[in-house]
Parts: sequence; C-alpha cells; structure tokens
Amino acid sequence: MAAGYNTISMGTGRKEFHPKKPRPDLEDYIKEAGQAVLKVIGGAEKVDETVFGNFIASRFNNQGHIAGFAPYIDEGLRYKPSVRVEGACGTGALALITGIRSILAETAEVALVVGVEVQNSVKAIYGADILAAAGWAKERKTGHAYFFPGKFSDRSKAYAEKFGPEKPRAAMAKWYENAITNARLCPTAQEYHNTTEDLIACGIDKPNPKGFVDSLNFFDCSKVSDGASAIAILSEEGLKRCGISKKDAVEIIGFGQAEEDITRPPADPTKLSTTRVAIQKAFESAGVTKDQIGTVECHDCFTIAGIMAIEAMGLAEYGKGPDFVLEGNTTREGIIPFNTTGGLIGWGHPTGATGVHQAVTIWEQLTGKAGEAQINLKPEKPYGLSINMGGDDISVISVVYKKAE
Amino acid sequence: MDYTERLQNVSVLGAAGKMGSGILLLTAIEMADLSLKPENRNKHFVLYAMDVSSEALRGLMKYLKTQVLKIAEKKIVALREVYADRADLITNEQIINQYIEDVLFIVRPVTAMEATYDSHIIFEAIKEDPALKVKVFKQIDQNSKTSPWFCTNTSSIPINEIESKAELNGRVLGVHFYNPPAVQRLVEIIKTQNTQQELVDFAYSFSKNLRKIIVPSADVAGFIGNGHFMRDALHGIQEAEELAGKYSFAESVYMINRISQEFLIRPMGIFQLIDYVGIDVCSYIMSVMNPYMKNENLHSSLLDKMIEQGIKGGQNPDGSQKDGFLKYEKGKPVAIYDVNQTKYISGFQQKCDKELGALPSSIKPWKAVVGDKNKEEFLVSYFNELKSMDSLGATLAKKYAKRSREIGLQLVSDKVAHSKEDVNTVLLTGFFHAYGPINDYM
Repeated sequence: MAAGYNTISMGTGRKEFHPKKPRPDLEDYIKEAGQAVLKVIGGAEKVDETVFGNFIASRFNNQGHIAGFAPYIDEGLRYKPSVRVEGACGTGALALITGIRSILAETAEVALVVGVEVQNSVKAIYGADILAAAGWAKERKTGHAYFFPGKFSDRSKAYAEKFGPEKPRAAMAKWYENAITNARLCPTAQEYHNTTEDLIACGIDKPNPKGFVDSLNFFDCSKVSDGASAIAILSEEGLKRCGISKKDAVEIIGFGQAEEDITRPPADPTKLSTTRVAIQKAFESAGVTKDQIGTVECHDCFTIAGIMAIEAMGLAEYGKGPDFVLEGNTTREGIIPFNTTGGLIGWGHPTGATGVHQAVTIWEQLTGKAGEAQINLKPEKPYGLSINMGGDDISVISVVYKKAE
Repeated sequence: MDYTERLQNVSVLGAAGKMGSGILLLTAIEMADLSLKPENRNKHFVLYAMDVSSEALRGLMKYLKTQVLKIAEKKIVALREVYADRADLITNEQIINQYIEDVLFIVRPVTAMEATYDSHIIFEAIKEDPALKVKVFKQIDQNSKTSPWFCTNTSSIPINEIESKAELNGRVLGVHFYNPPAVQRLVEIIKTQNTQQELVDFAYSFSKNLRKIIVPSADVAGFIGNGHFMRDALHGIQEAEELAGKYSFAESVYMINRISQEFLIRPMGIFQLIDYVGIDVCSYIMSVMNPYMKNENLHSSLLDKMIEQGIKGGQNPDGSQKDGFLKYEKGKPVAIYDVNQTKYISGFQQKCDKELGALPSSIKPWKAVVGDKNKEEFLVSYFNELKSMDSLGATLAKKYAKRSREIGLQLVSDKVAHSKEDVNTVLLTGFFHAYGPINDYM
C-alpha cells in the first residue's frame, strides 16, 4: 500500500467553511484525491482497477453510479474496471479489502482505492435521516431525531449505568482532548483550526436531552464532513511497475471482517462485539498480538465508541477502558497512540472516506510521512491497526499494517 | 373558559406588520402545540391573521413558513414525540413538514374585520394611534358574540385610556412585545385598575409558554421600555445638537452614535436605534406620551425636521434597514445624513475618532461582553478605566451613562417600574443591552 492522500476534511470548524458559500462537490474531491495518488504512482496507465468507497451520495448529492467517476479522475482509467462498494461508515475499509482481495486474487497488480463522502449538502438534522440508513430502516420511526447519536447515547448510558457515570464521562472528555490535540498537528484535519483552550471543560459538558441526546454532548460526536482519501494497493509486481520503493510502502499483514445482523439490537450495548471479532480475525490473519501494535486508528464516531474499541481490542479489561484512556495510554506519547491525526472526532468523518483515511494515516506514520503529527514507533511494536465500523457495530473491518521494508 | 378554550379562536390585528407578524407566529406555534396534544385532537383551532393589506398578508404567509421551518428544525426532538403515533411520519423531514402544515392550517389570512367577531382573544398590533385603536376595539366589541379579551401591543398609550374610550371595562391588557417578537425575550404587561384577573393570569401563562421574560409596568404612557428609550434618545439628540456648535451636524451625529454604541458597549448606537424603530415612529411615540408628562417636554424638533425632509428610517418589507440618520449598505452604516445640507455625507470618520480619543484599552465588543461568563467583573474594570479617562469620548460616554441611570431611577421613583431590577431587565432583554442602566459601575 502506498501513495496515500487525504483532502481536507471540510465542515464546521474549518476557517474556509461557510454553509452558504459554494464548496467543492463530490466529483471535485474524487478528482483531487485520485489524481494525487496517480501522480505518485506514475499515472493512470499503471492502474488495473479502481475501487470507490461511498456510503450514500445517492441521497446527499443525488448521485448514484460512483464507479463512473474513475475516468473523470483521469482519462487513462477509461474502459478499465471500476467498482463502488458500500458498508455504511465501514465503507472505506470495505473498499480497501476489496482492492486487497483483487491483488490477492491476482486480477490486479495495482488498485486505486478512493473513499469519498460529501455531507454538508444538507443540514445536520436532515443528514441524520440519511445517515440513519446505516441502521435498520424499520427502526427509524422509534429512533431518535439524531438517529446514530441516539444509538451511541444508549450505549453510553448503559455503560455508565453498569460502571458508574463519572469515570466514563471523564475518559470521554480526555478522548476529546486527545482527538483535538492530534488534529491540530494535521493541516487537513477538520479541527486543525480549533483553538479552544480548555478542551476537557468542553468534553465534560453535561448532555442536553431536550435539544440533543441523553448521554452524549456535541463534543462526543464526530462532525459532519466532506472529503476524500485515496491510496494505491499494489502487489510486489505493482510496486515495481510504479517504481515505488518499499520504504515508501506499508505491507498488509492481515485483515479481518465481521458482519452482524442489522435487524438485531446489540446483545450487550456496553460491548462492541462485532468489532471484537473483526480485530481478533485480523490478529489471527496477521499472526500478531495486541502487544505488537504500535499505533491504532479506531472508529471513534463517538467518544464512547473509542473507549469500547479499546476493550474490544483487549487492551483493557471490560469496564476498564476509561482507566486506560485516563492514564494517558492512548495519547501520542502513550504506550499505544490512538488516532494520531485526530480520528473521526478530530480529523473528520466523511463516512465513505474514513476507512481509507485510517489507512493513509497509518501508512504515513509507518513510513515517516506524518509531518508534525509523526509519532515515534518502537521497534518491538512495528505494526499499525485500523478498525473501521459500519452502523452500530454491524459491518466491521480491521487491518494490520507494517512498513514494507 | 380555560386556557385552551380561549386559544381556540384568536385574532391578530395588523398581523402583517413588523410586530404583528411576530406575535402571529408565536401565537400560531402555541395554538398548534395545544392542538397536537392528545386531549385536543378533536378540537378546532383557528387564528385569524387580520390585516388591511392583502399583499402584505401574502408576505406574512411566506414569513410564517420560513420561521415555522426554523422552529420545527430546532425542536425536532420534541416533535418526534408529538407525532410518535403517526406511523406515516418516519423521517425528521416528514415530521418537520407535517408540523409546518399543522401550524399554517390554523392561520387564516383575512382582510375583513368580520372574521374577528368570533374570537375569544384579540391581539392588536396596528398603528400606534389611540383613536384608531379605540375605534377598532369598539367595532369588534360591539359586533362580537363572545365579549373578547383585548391584548394591545401599544408601547406608549395608557391602557386605561383605551379601556374607557372603547368601553371595555376590564377586558383589555397591555401585552407589549419587543421588536422582533420572535427573538426578543421581553414582554411588558400592563394592567389597569379594572383589568380582570383571569385576563392577567392568561397573559402570564401565555407569555411563559412563549418562553418570554415578563416585566409588569405601571399604566403610565411609554411604560418602562419607551419611558427609558425616548428619554435616552432625546439625550442623544440634545448631545448631538450641542456638539453641532463645534462640529458639522453629521459629525456630531456620528460621534454621539459611536459614544452610545462602542464606548457604552451597546448593540447599536442611539441614532441607529432610532432608525431601526423608525424616526417617524419615535416622533409619534413621543407625541403620544408627551401630553401625559407633567414637567417634561418629550419632543424633538430635529425629528420633525428629518420627517419633513422625508428621512424616516424603519424597515423595508424584507426586513432590511431603510436609510435614516445613517445610510446603510448591507445593514452597515456607511454615511450620515446632514439635516442642514440635506444629503448623506461620509469621510469624516477618522477626524471624529481622533477628536473622541481612544476607547478604554480593556474594551470588548458588545457581543463578546453579552456572552462573557465573567461579565460583571469585566464591566467593573472597564468602567473604572473609562472613569479615569478625560478624553472627549470618555467625557461624553460618562455623561451618557449617567443620564441613562437617572432615567432608570426616575422610572422607579415615578412608580412606573416596581424596582430597579425591572428597569434593568427591560433594557437587558428588550433592548439587548449588556448591562442595566441602574448600576454602580461609575
């Protein structure tokens, strides 16, 4: 995997964002990210196929048939295979593993993967209707106005009821602080311009059930984002074809994918059970353990999801995720830095792009291209892990990476 | 007749006007929310939006739709509960659209007075003309089948005068909203000696449901709001007239406007506020109030002169500001009218700013102060600094603040306001000031 690229994650928080002013559209983001990758790998002629990850442009932008944008990136992609995949917020990593499978099946040596979503086309309150499609449609009626914040608020509430409210709330605030602190080091992050002094004070803010949900405040939630991320997936042959040195690439060591029944409510709302399975599968596939992981990009669509992911990964015992965060283990100086460019809360969450953005971030960190956001990886922990979750712990994909050389 | 029954048939007079449209919007929302309660589903609610201008009513309906949309979006969490039993309404968008429909279906735009004859409550927001108000109330009352309650939005006419002339005998109450009613939190409530307690109780419940802050005022022309504003405006005018001996008229207006806005940390300068309300409206309010003033002349020949020259301020139907003392481009003042030269002039800003001298170094813009958690602390230190300064700007600002305080205190000693707090609340919530005029900052 090489030549990753992220556009800016556009939305509230960015100085250049104004809801009433014209902004780049779906095809602009696709083109920007796609072309940036092509430039590094030596042009469209090197590409065998394109994989798009997009959740729901059909509703946000009245645009289906995303595969047709491959030749729009570059004429050289005309008549070459292109496909679009979808798995709600897990779409990006679904696109990654679709490309990976193609390489493994030897139907392609070079796959261009582009994840994209443009969601600021509608107000958040209507965006909530659209994003609710990541859940079971038959649950929409009884769901909260802000459907997914409602789902994770229920999880947060259940967690607080089981383990006491103070510590999880403090850990969620700490998670928010980490996210913003990291995002301030990444120029493409949505929270790059965030200058709030007391981030913990924001994070600790009391939820307002009248205007929003019971157990989450606004700072617990990833924002509405527009953006695209792209990366090339290459075989050994593909690397040679593109003239890319292994030191500029990461190797996919393994991955795991797990699917839960979308019509079933979570068996235990205090756990991310599907996420746990996907991570275990990824570890088994890669032949690594949690102790060898040097950095994680996890799916913190909500702060509570970040904390539960820690437990799902086995880093902390059930109920001890908040302690793990409060002890500072997930900060950039901690024993296992999480979401080093801000994650979904700090960097942004253009849904279909998120899984690809996670891969790009890990590729940057492992190859020393993360700029100001660069962390120091210890030799005994050379692996990166990404966890991308679609819906309420329904479609989960986890990938293990290592520097190729 | 209980609260809900009262609100089943309501009329708003002057519904398409600046104040009327806001009152209509808030009333429509309250009535729709009542109608959506399970126990009221079979009851019929109707709100007559009465205005003499059919064209303006068209604009009103457009305004209503936009505003109800905004309100619905804001209260979507509650609305999902309200429509929980409607299986056909699933998405936020469907629910919001249904709510807009339910609110608008209550409203009947009408131009004929007859429509109001069934109403139990008449909200009135027509021209600030005592004779006209009395005539209209009389006509409705004589033809009405219900002996309705009248809630007048007058900002200056004593309610007891309307009551006696229209022969309403306890059925009229001053319910004075602030401009724009949908935004400003304040409602002044003014009763007469005869006002029925049930009507007063109703007005309190109604205002509370509208999430308003209620301040009772004595039935003295101008009440608390205009009692302060008109005297404050006259002070500004006099100060500008005094300065006009030394500076040009436009320069003087510019300087006093800046003093009353930036130096005193108010949302608008006094001349901009006069423009906002309307020069003609201000002049008219003064003329309504003046006959009731014993040792005071609430009158400005400058305002008369401006009106004679056709400079009136106020707002266009789309809500944008018309030119008055100040000329506006995209809502921002760009030039000042010179009543002697009968034209707008600009280009003196730098000179005037130099004459006034610098603002206190601790200055913060009004908006920042309003949202400041440590507002009190800031204001104390800001005014301390202002107090220590002797520039022209600081001197004029101190004088202005002192006068504003005096006006407030006079309203309390004249028993127009029950307390200092009431005066301050009116200025804080009706005029969006960052602090009340009766303070000990200086």
